[in-house]
Amino acid sequence: MGLLERFFKPSWGVHPDDHKRPAADVPLRTLPLPERLYVPLQQHVGGPARPVVLAGQKVLKGQLLAEAQGNISAPVHAPTSGRVLAIGEVTAPHPSGLAQLAITLASDGDERWLEREPVADPFALAPEEIARLTAAAGVVGLGGATFPAAVKFNLGRRLKVSTLIVNGGECEPYLSSDDAVMRVRAAEVVDGLRIVMHAIGAANALVGIEDNKPEAIAAMRAAAAPFGDVAIRPVPARYPMGSDKQLIQVLTGKEVPADARAAEVGVLVHNVSTCAAVHRALRRGEALVERIVTVNGGAVRAPGNLLAPIGARVADLLAFAGLAAEPARLILGGPMMGTLLPHANVPLVKGASGVLAFDAREAARPAAGPCIRCGSCTVACPMGLLPLEMASRIRAGDLAGATGFGLSDCISCGCCAWVCPSHIPLVQYFSHARGELAAGERARLRNEATRRLVEQRGERLARDAREKAAAAAKRKAERDAAKAKAAAATESAAASSAAVSAKAVSP
Amino acid sequence: MSATVLSAPVAAPHAATSASVSRVMLWVMAALAPATLFGFWLYGWPAVHLWWITIAFALLGESLCLRLMRRAALPVLFDGSALLTGWLLALSLPPWAPWWIGATGGFFATVIAKQVFGGLGQNLFNPAMVARVALLISFPVQMTLWVAPVPLGSAAAPGFVDGLRITLGALPGALDAVASASVLGHAKTELSRGVDLLHSFAVSSAPTFGLDGMRAGSMGETASLLLAGGGALLLALRIISWHIPLAMLAAIALPAAILHAADPARYLDAGSHLLAGGTLLGAFFIATDYVTSPNTRAGQLLFGAGVGGLTFLIRTWGGYPEGIAFAVLLMNALVPVIDRYLRPRIHGRDRRGRALDIPDGEGS
Amino acid sequence: MLIAILSLTLLGAVLGLGLGLAARRFHVEGDPLVAQIEALMPGSNCGQCGFPGCPGAASAIAAGSAPVTACPPGGRALAKALAEKLGIAIDLGQVADAGPRIAAVAEEICIGCCRCIKVCPTDAIVGAAKQIHNVMREACTGCGNCVERCPTEAVTLQPVPVTLQHWVWPRPQLAGA
Repeated sequence: MGLLERFFKPSWGVHPDDHKRPAADVPLRTLPLPERLYVPLQQHVGGPARPVVLAGQKVLKGQLLAEAQGNISAPVHAPTSGRVLAIGEVTAPHPSGLAQLAITLASDGDERWLEREPVADPFALAPEEIARLTAAAGVVGLGGATFPAAVKFNLGRRLKVSTLIVNGGECEPYLSSDDAVMRVRAAEVVDGLRIVMHAIGAANALVGIEDNKPEAIAAMRAAAAPFGDVAIRPVPARYPMGSDKQLIQVLTGKEVPADARAAEVGVLVHNVSTCAAVHRALRRGEALVERIVTVNGGAVRAPGNLLAPIGARVADLLAFAGLAAEPARLILGGPMMGTLLPHANVPLVKGASGVLAFDAREAARPAAGPCIRCGSCTVACPMGLLPLEMASRIRAGDLAGATGFGLSDCISCGCCAWVCPSHIPLVQYFSHARGELAAGERARLRNEATRRLVEQRGERLARDAREKAAAAAKRKAERDAAKAKAAAATESAAASSAAVSAKAVSP
Repeated sequence: MSATVLSAPVAAPHAATSASVSRVMLWVMAALAPATLFGFWLYGWPAVHLWWITIAFALLGESLCLRLMRRAALPVLFDGSALLTGWLLALSLPPWAPWWIGATGGFFATVIAKQVFGGLGQNLFNPAMVARVALLISFPVQMTLWVAPVPLGSAAAPGFVDGLRITLGALPGALDAVASASVLGHAKTELSRGVDLLHSFAVSSAPTFGLDGMRAGSMGETASLLLAGGGALLLALRIISWHIPLAMLAAIALPAAILHAADPARYLDAGSHLLAGGTLLGAFFIATDYVTSPNTRAGQLLFGAGVGGLTFLIRTWGGYPEGIAFAVLLMNALVPVIDRYLRPRIHGRDRRGRALDIPDGEGS
Repeated sequence: MLIAILSLTLLGAVLGLGLGLAARRFHVEGDPLVAQIEALMPGSNCGQCGFPGCPGAASAIAAGSAPVTACPPGGRALAKALAEKLGIAIDLGQVADAGPRIAAVAEEICIGCCRCIKVCPTDAIVGAAKQIHNVMREACTGCGNCVERCPTEAVTLQPVPVTLQHWVWPRPQLAGA
């Protein structure tokens, strides 16, 4: 960093009101087991899982319900013991309100586990074995990215990553589930991250925690004290500190090149909750069937963190925490990047760190006005983009122009839209443009595939015609030959008869 | 499950800053208020009347355009931008100028310089400065008639009604009684007459100036301390950043200081340049206009330096004694170019937009 | 007089020679635009545009007698690509892109006559005589040839259902801006 760059240090990010307390300070509660659980087949990045159970079948807690399919995928397991009621469509936790396939489970209330096979000493296992067990337990990135953790392990080992970065940033307002994990399960997090270090061959680990969580920092420091290669690093509270690229830069000074993976600069990022899940997968042999989730927002009577099974409905969580008012807006995740929920009858998924029920005051958004080119978004953008220029191009339908301004580098953190004094929904413009570009690309590929099919059909028709012609020619030749033979035969017969007659005549 | 799907889903973020366009405009007005009140006191009732007439016609122009476009006028009027435009224009006018100067200017600013371009956020040029330059070129006499300070309460100060009559042009001769020259105008005139600065400012009739702002000039430009205070307020509230004002003031002061040191008889000193004319008003309130200034920090530095440098050039060698308005307009025209070439570096890419190299030593 | 005739003749000869040489040197093969446009099109010759196959549509679009939005299977994506190629601006909002549609066989009506299979330009229908036919979603372009051919009206065009993977955020609708 040159002197000039030091002076003009980028001042990215925003400081929204964090609203984390009092929810963060309430002791962890356990959600009473709901009667029905709806376990979606796709709760991760990659291919959806393939069901391996049948409707009506009895399953135990932790039993495999659907297996991973393809290289990047993750299995899902039964969050409790009971009976499979159906495999069908339920509303996905997605703003579109579209359906997705899920396995519906009726719990028997016994919570009987499948026989678990804990690993006494994970550090004696080969790294590949740790990755295999982690994958089998269905562990995915719990910070919200939901990328299968084991795939990242293998990538990190292949690229010889030296530093594991453990993300305890949790910069999203309202959320405190990672905070709760670090406070309550600090030893599990530290053990889990050391297992991850072993799995990827990292020499040291840096745990980045925003300095607005002093209790979590203290707990983690105590848990990590015996291990010299694990450093707890408080980082300034600033949104989006919990974004991979920004946390890597703050902790190591390294900048991940565009279009490259963090592992290529020698670091790998895992979330604290993911590390705790890795610990449970190995030390206890437990599949990922539950998670700690923050229930918060103005409409919630008793906000706090809940330990809830995957597949519980958002409505169950809200009913347990109590509603003080009819929620004006339901969000899965944080307010900055979370997804709007169409209604509360959607299942809790692995990547859901929070459920927010906003009251009318929190949900109120002023109408969008014209851009006054104030440049706030440019200053706030942690990626150094020009959101106002991209949005004005997308508004005019010039998606290529927006791409030229770095649309593909946007991390959808929402800083620009948050800070905009005209309240322009910038992120929605970018999401729309990306969706359109992806749809265009799909259509192009489809067009190409169609061309290939047409060509193949043309070839087939030509071949058929050729073969038909050849067959016809052959038949004709055969017919001709037969005819010729017949003709020859008649001729010779005639000749012989003639001869006979001649003979007969000659005497 | 029941599926009451929202017709139009809303994307994240589901939270927003409390800032808004109208709030920004209100703070800018609050920062302008002290200097404006000082101007009212210093130049008396005619200045007050000119101020409200200018603003009224700016609002009238805006609402007329919105009416023609069949858009609701009230929400746009309440964003405060037209009011601020009229206000800034009024502050840059000679305080005893006739009413039709303010009326034409205010109308011109919102109709021609703003709404014709498409309204708020679309105009290429600063509306207040477009109007000021149009007035200066069209009515050079009225636009360069300054009055000596006649503070309210002093014997020479006209009362409310007399003030209105002066503004409406019904008291001919009143202006001649108190006509004075601005510092920059005086320096330019005397230099063109061949009198050097050492002599022209030594005579007793020469305009004096200091930090107290008791001198001839446009309505809102003389109260240097109050303007700087308003600028400091905007900086503290992070409504403006330091880049444009600092670059602009430096680009005026540096060449002035150097040339003054070289030849004090021909060139005004840096202090006069900074305090006289609309330098401070321009640096904190006009050049920092969001719509017509660059978006990036580097671009803002370049823009500020350009405005400052051009102002100095025009004041020193140009035909007009004051150059802020021209300099702002010239640099406004360059803003799209600046924004095109001075983009911030994208994280993970170099300045040209290529992905950074993956370091060799890593991962092995 | 003679000089004038000679000089003009010479001038004409030189210029004619120049033109002839230029024509040979800067010779352009056919109309490359038609070929380029044709390359962008689906090539299934489905005939929905009303022209004789994709080459016919391509030359019509190149000549300007057909809009770039003429190809229903190509949809918006193709219209956009063509507009870029031709350097013209189009309002994509006007493109009647009611979403892609593909053929579906009603199994209870299908008699297994194989007629639809023969007219499918992309071999998207599988089946055999006296067997129920089926449409391969990925290969069907929604041209509708099979619909017309089916004697029992068992084939219909159905909109492709929107899935989570294909859903696109709508563009924000702003009132004031």
